[in-house]
Amino acid sequence: MTTLAEKVPASATSSRWENARRGFYRFRNSWLSIAGLLIVLVLFIIAVIGPSIVPYPEHVAGSVSTATRFQPPSALHWFGTNELGQDVFSLVVAGSQISLLAGLAVVAVGALVGTLVGAVAGYFGGWTDEVLMRLADLKLTVPSLILAMAVAAALGPGILNMVIAISISWWPGYARLVRGEVIAKKEEMFVQAARALGAGTGRILRRHILPNILTPVIIKMSLDMGFAILTVASLGFIGIGVKPPTPEWGSLLSIARTYMPDYWWTAVFPGSAIFLAVFGFNLLGDGLRDVFDPKARR
Amino acid sequence: MLTYILRRIVLIIPVLIGLSLLVFAIARLLPGDPIQLAAGPNASPAEIADLAREFGLDKPLPVQYWNYVTGLVTGDWGQSIFTRRAVAEDLKVYLPATLELVFTAMFLAILIGIPAGLTAAVYRNRWPDYMSRVVSLGAISMPRFFLGLLLQIGFAMWLGWLPLGGRFPLTEDPPAFVTGFLTIDSLISGDLRAFGITLQYLALPAFAMCLSPLATITRMMRASTIEILQQDYVLTERALGLSSRLILFKYVLRNAMSATLTVIGLYVGWLLGGTVLVETVFDWPGLGLYATKAIVTQDFMPVIGVTIVIGGIFIISNLIVDLLYGILNPKVRYE
Repeated sequence: MTTLAEKVPASATSSRWENARRGFYRFRNSWLSIAGLLIVLVLFIIAVIGPSIVPYPEHVAGSVSTATRFQPPSALHWFGTNELGQDVFSLVVAGSQISLLAGLAVVAVGALVGTLVGAVAGYFGGWTDEVLMRLADLKLTVPSLILAMAVAAALGPGILNMVIAISISWWPGYARLVRGEVIAKKEEMFVQAARALGAGTGRILRRHILPNILTPVIIKMSLDMGFAILTVASLGFIGIGVKPPTPEWGSLLSIARTYMPDYWWTAVFPGSAIFLAVFGFNLLGDGLRDVFDPKARR
Repeated sequence: MLTYILRRIVLIIPVLIGLSLLVFAIARLLPGDPIQLAAGPNASPAEIADLAREFGLDKPLPVQYWNYVTGLVTGDWGQSIFTRRAVAEDLKVYLPATLELVFTAMFLAILIGIPAGLTAAVYRNRWPDYMSRVVSLGAISMPRFFLGLLLQIGFAMWLGWLPLGGRFPLTEDPPAFVTGFLTIDSLISGDLRAFGITLQYLALPAFAMCLSPLATITRMMRASTIEILQQDYVLTERALGLSSRLILFKYVLRNAMSATLTVIGLYVGWLLGGTVLVETVFDWPGLGLYATKAIVTQDFMPVIGVTIVIGGIFIISNLIVDLLYGILNPKVRYE
C-alpha cells in the first residue's frame, strides 16, 4: 500500500514534466512569445544589476546638478538630462526595479488572496460560496483605478501603500478563476480517492487540488504582470503613490509633461520603458496561454 | 421577456445597496481626517467640531450611512467639503462630458475593431493576422497617458492641427445646454460650427482612449469568428454553394458578435473608471478629473458619488448586454 501511494505521485510528476516539455516546444515555435520572453529576461537583468552599473548613481539617490539641466541625448547622457540636471538614463534604469518589484508584489498578493478565496468558495459551495462570490462581483463593479487612487491617497505615499491599494481590487479575478477550477476538480476520482483514504480538507486542497489548477493561475499572473506595471505607473503619473526622488516611470513622465515639446526626451524614454515592459509581459503571457490553453490555440 | 427584464431590474437593487455600503465603508474607514484638512492647519478644535457637525460627521457611522442612502434616493448626494457645492449638481455637469468621451471612444473601437477581427480570422495565420496580433498587443500595452502625451506633441504642438486639451474653447459660445453632450446639443441647436469645434476637441482624447478596447474587440472578434467558421453549419452552407461573402456577413458575423458584445459591455464600465488618466492628460472636465481632485484632498462625498455613478452605469450596461444577447442569439431564451 505504501509503495503504491508513493509511486502514483511520481508518475504524475513525470507526466507533468512531459507536458511542460511539449509546451516548451510549442512555445519555441512562436517568435512573438520568444521576443516577449527575451524582453522580460532583459528587464529582470536590468532590474537586478542596473542600479549598481548606472553611470550616475548619485542622481538615482536624489542629488541634482542644475548646471547640466535639459541636456539633449548625447554620449555623456544617453537619454539626456531632466529639469534637475539628472541623467534620465540612470533614472529609467533604476526605475525598472521599482516597477518590476511593485508589479510582482501586486500580482502575488492578488493571486494569493484570490486563490484562497476561490478555493474555499469552490470547495465548500453553499452559502460560503454565495457570500464570497457576491463580494467578488461587487468588487468588479467598483472602478479599480479610482478605488486604488482613493486608498493610496488615504494611506499616504510609498511603494508598500501603493501595492496594498492596487491589490485590494486585484483578487476577484483570481477568485473567480480558481473557484471554477476547484469545482471542476473536486469531483474527480483522485480527490474522491484521497477523501476515502481519510485525507482532511486542508490536505486535499493543498496537495491534490491546488497543484492541478496552478497552470491557469500562473498564466493569469503572467498576463496580469503587464497590467500591474501599467497600474503602478498610472498611479505615479497622477501623482499618487511613489513620490520623487524615488525614480518611478509614471511619476518621471508626469513631471516631464510640463516641459513638452522642447525637452521631449524627459518624457519619451520613461514612457517607452513602461510600454516595453508591459509589451514584453503581454507577449510572454499570451504565448504561455497559447501553449497551455488548447482552446485559445487555433 | 418582460418578466425577465423586470426581475433583472429588481435584482439590481441589492447590488446597488451593496455597492453603496462598500464604497461608504472604504471612504469612512480609511485613515486621514478630511475635516482637519478642510478646516486648515490653524483651526481651533471648536471650529473643527462645528465643521464636523455641519457635514453630519459627528454622528455614529450607521446613522451617517442611513442619512447618506436616504439622500441618494431623494437626489441629495451630499456636499463637497472644500467647494461646498452639491455633489449631485457637479455630477450633472461632469458626467455628460465623460460619457461623451467614452461613447465616442467605444464607437471608434467598434467601427474599426469588428472588421479588423473579421479580417484577421479570415486570413488566419497569414500576415494580416500576425499584424493584427502584434498591433493589438502593442495597443493594450501602450499606457494611455503616454499615448495621449505623444498625440499632443505630434498633432497639437508640432503639426498644430488639433487643440492641446480642454473640451470647448472659452472664446466661443457653447451650444445651449440640453443633454450636456456638446455633439448632440450643437446639432440640436443647428450650430454646425460648434459641432466642428467639439469634434476637434474630442478627436485626440477619444483616440487615446479607444486603443485598448479596440485591441480587445479585435482579438475577441478574431477568436469567435474562427470558432464559428469551423462549425458544421458553415460547412453545410459552403456545400450548398453559398458565396463566402454571404456566409461571412449574414451568418458568421451575427453569431460572432454575441461574444464580442460581452466585452463591449464590460469595457464601458472599465473605460469610465479609466477616464481619469486621459482626462488628466487632456484636461478634459469630466468625472475622472473631478474624482482626482477630490481624492487628493480626501474630499469623500464627491469620491463616493463618482464611484456609485460609475458602478451603477457598469451594472446597467451589463444588463443591457444580457438583454441584447437574446436579440442576437435566439438560442438564449428568457424565462
